Amino acid sequence: MSSSAKSPPPGIGMSRRGFLKSMSVSAVATTLTTTVATGAATLATATRTAAHDDAPPQLIQGLTPLTLTVNGNDHTVLAEPRWTLLHVLRECLGITSPKPGCERGECGSCTVLVDGVARYACLMLALEAQGKSIETVEGLMHGEALGPVQQAFLEEDALQCGYCTPGQIMAAEALLRHQPDPTLEEIRVGMSGNLCRCGAYRHILTAVAAAAIKKKS
Amino acid sequence: MADSGYFDPVSPLIQPARPGEAPHPWGHTTLIGQRIPRVDAYERVSGAAVFPSDVQLPGMLHAAILHCPYAHAIVRRLETTRAKALPGVRDIITAETPEAKISWPYGEGYAPPLFDTQLRFEGEEVAAVAAETPWQAWDAVRALEVQFDERPAAVAERLALTEKAPNVHPGGNLARPIQTYARGDLGKGLAEAAVVLSGSFRTASQLHIPLERHGCVAMWDGDGLTVWESTQGVFPVQEQLAAVLGLPLTRVRVRGGYVGGGFGSKLQTSKYAVIAAILARRTGRPVKLFLSREQTMLSMGLRPAAIMEMQLAAKGDGSLTATSLSVLASGGAYGGAGSALVDWLAKDLYRCPNVRTELTDVMLHSQPARPFRAPGYPQGAWALEQMMDRLADALGMDPVALRLQNIPTVSQARDGSPAYTTTGLKACLEEGAAAFGWQESRQRTAAQPATFTTRRGVGMAACNWLVGGGFPPATVVLKLLGDGSIILNMGASDIGGGTKTIMAMVAAEELGVTLDRIHIEHADTATTQYATASGGSKTVPTEAPAVREAAQELKRQLLGWAAEELGVKAEALRYEGASIVVINHQEKKGKSPKRIAVTNLARLRQQRVAMGVGHKRANPKNKAICPFGAQFCEVEVNTLTGEVRVVRFLACHESGRVMNRLTYDCQVHGGVVMGTGFALTEARILDAASGKLCNRNLHDYKLPTMLDVATQTVSLPLKLPDDAANSAGAKGLGEPVVVPTAPAIANAVADALRPWQVRCTATPITPAALLQALAAAKEA
Ligand code: FES
Ligand code: FES
Repeated sequence: MSSSAKSPPPGIGMSRRGFLKSMSVSAVATTLTTTVATGAATLATATRTAAHDDAPPQLIQGLTPLTLTVNGNDHTVLAEPRWTLLHVLRECLGITSPKPGCERGECGSCTVLVDGVARYACLMLALEAQGKSIETVEGLMHGEALGPVQQAFLEEDALQCGYCTPGQIMAAEALLRHQPDPTLEEIRVGMSGNLCRCGAYRHILTAVAAAAIKKKS
Repeated sequence: MADSGYFDPVSPLIQPARPGEAPHPWGHTTLIGQRIPRVDAYERVSGAAVFPSDVQLPGMLHAAILHCPYAHAIVRRLETTRAKALPGVRDIITAETPEAKISWPYGEGYAPPLFDTQLRFEGEEVAAVAAETPWQAWDAVRALEVQFDERPAAVAERLALTEKAPNVHPGGNLARPIQTYARGDLGKGLAEAAVVLSGSFRTASQLHIPLERHGCVAMWDGDGLTVWESTQGVFPVQEQLAAVLGLPLTRVRVRGGYVGGGFGSKLQTSKYAVIAAILARRTGRPVKLFLSREQTMLSMGLRPAAIMEMQLAAKGDGSLTATSLSVLASGGAYGGAGSALVDWLAKDLYRCPNVRTELTDVMLHSQPARPFRAPGYPQGAWALEQMMDRLADALGMDPVALRLQNIPTVSQARDGSPAYTTTGLKACLEEGAAAFGWQESRQRTAAQPATFTTRRGVGMAACNWLVGGGFPPATVVLKLLGDGSIILNMGASDIGGGTKTIMAMVAAEELGVTLDRIHIEHADTATTQYATASGGSKTVPTEAPAVREAAQELKRQLLGWAAEELGVKAEALRYEGASIVVINHQEKKGKSPKRIAVTNLARLRQQRVAMGVGHKRANPKNKAICPFGAQFCEVEVNTLTGEVRVVRFLACHESGRVMNRLTYDCQVHGGVVMGTGFALTEARILDAASGKLCNRNLHDYKLPTMLDVATQTVSLPLKLPDDAANSAGAKGLGEPVVVPTAPAIANAVADALRPWQVRCTATPITPAALLQALAAAKEA
């Protein structure tokens, strides 16, 4: 938690404003690790936080309705303010492609796109994700057909157990949207926020390079 | 013929051998050996794959475990009232709960209560909660009021054997009698040597950290229990759950499906599965229980640290005359052999007549070790392969040449020294060195002036692995459906090595059917056939021959049906996939051969299914079946910062037949990544005073990322089908690939630091460790 967070009133938990402020710090940190290759990412986060800081503080407790836009569809759910985006996607909406690996922003298996930027869904509150466009691998499909990044991962065998794979694919998708022609070094840096314990990195590298070409055709 | 679901093979499909006989060896293969994407890749990239941690059931509760925060403690008091009153909390179980009064078999004769009041490692289970949401479950865990009485802990291997050390169990900390092995006469070997070297080595504990955490979902249906478990083997879990809960096997169903990594840590049943089952039974609700990442790091096993003393001696021509190795290690708080197999390479990899090894196992207040990808081997390789390089230096020999001088044809460590069915060790060394450009690279690094602070070094190491050929039991069922589609039914888990894909390829190769017409049922104790857990790199060599046998039986059956219908002998028929042909019919009559489509066989049309069952046969007697490999790498060492960067890697492995080149390469690269972590970044760090884990998350415990591994990694398979090993000709691959990586890196680092004669003998080679070693050498 950042030192800039206001201390919560006794017995009520943290104010939304204080919480969002504290979150913005970790959010920026996440952005830096997942998408170093894209300067735009940090910028987007900073602007968003500034906008929220102007809003009057608001207390949210207990189950509260919130609406998330996931892969283009709005979903309204009842959620506790402390629930992460990862939890709500998986447990409330049944979208299980973002995987919990550490739930503390260290592995990347929960990576989703938030307004086109790769984010660790375990480090973002569901509340914070309201009004934003959230994308998961399901959103990269065309009906039952795979999108180009997914197809490249399949063809290059960029996986073993497949648990980190949805997160890797979303990180690659974000990278390629911001940098359609990445160098190998840019791919390595851009993908370095996603761990793969099976060690499929070599094939992931090839797959991301192949996906860049596929995306253009 | 693609639309028929059957392909045109490059050479005629193999006809079944006579009943009882093993299938004929493959000649040219159509699919086997090709680069074929995984049959389940679609599920894995689309998000459709349901891992056990993705399972959601109606009315499901979430559970969390309270674990011991100390390395050694007594539970004095445990108060649940406050926790029980929290919103959403449905059940709490502790040592007092009647259903939880069962003992937990750790093995090795230790069977403490499920929730013990004396806790012997940080992470040991104390109580568990089930609540409506995981958040509420963790709230309740935090609200449990426990009075722990912290006790002094034994946490360092050497200290634990001293008189004053706290005992993990009464009777001292020696886990088992010291194990010794001897062959030949060590003294004689030392006496006849031109060079005798000795050295001390140490490897740190490495944690498995599969990205899917350990856990399960448990559900009762009357007196029957179903558990969705993230496991490498559903059948061992079923057996242990049934035993612990006192249920017949028919009342325990374990479902695996996908598993997000295991590396050995998911071979066995864990307490959490029993805990989830108890909570589910008491609440009448399905219960999901997945450990936190921190908990997996505290309690789900590790590769034990090894403290090694080694002696190696050779004649002037490089022939080894004596090898000795003593190992001190710990399997944790409940016995076990932390040192197991650490000495195997020293006994077996190179020809040496006089060998002595000694293994000492000590108990510590630390989590029980679990098998970890090639148990014992990377530790032993770290010592042996660095000693080999030192020996090469001392003799003025090339490291590859020294190894080539000592290639064995028999497995010396086994009773009776059986011959290897095949050994690619020599070829791996030679072809790997040639492809890597070993000689030129060595000359290039040797030519670097000592003034360079960014230095290159090259190094190599070799390996074998214990169980390459697989072994029984394994049963596979192939079902042919009315339209020619195939169902492949096997109990084995696919832990990421591509088991499903390779078995589908074997079935396709045998039957001529295309991969998209094969459906796979696997890893479910209720619906699939018995298989041992996927580990030890034995899954492909175990299951693939069973698939071949099943296909052979299926083909025999179809040929029999056709013979009946056509009124000819089965020997006069040939199986061609989509159809069955009368041999020589064409030649005799001068027109197209008489054939019958398999799907038109009257018997199939009436029965709608034909079935073949196959088993893994016993291995050939008096033979050792082992995979071999050699790895070569180049590193860049910064002598100012101590950083090591792996620049390139070449891994040349001989694992018999290459079944699928694409998944083969992926395994090889993956092994190199894990070995790189072992060499450079990974170490479990325990606080020396308290025994508590210092690096309990993925920020502090450093797994390799894409930036930490070599961009130029080459997998160079040595294709040497081993038809004596099994009917697939394949040997295991998953474990050997992780064995030589770390010593190859260490040898490369030593090459880079040659002007100062520096060698890093402890893992991981962190920048600090390297700088320290360098400073010490410069001083000396
Ligand atoms: S689960 Fe979100 S980064 Fe690991
Ligand atoms: S494929 Fe297993 S963790 Fe990446």
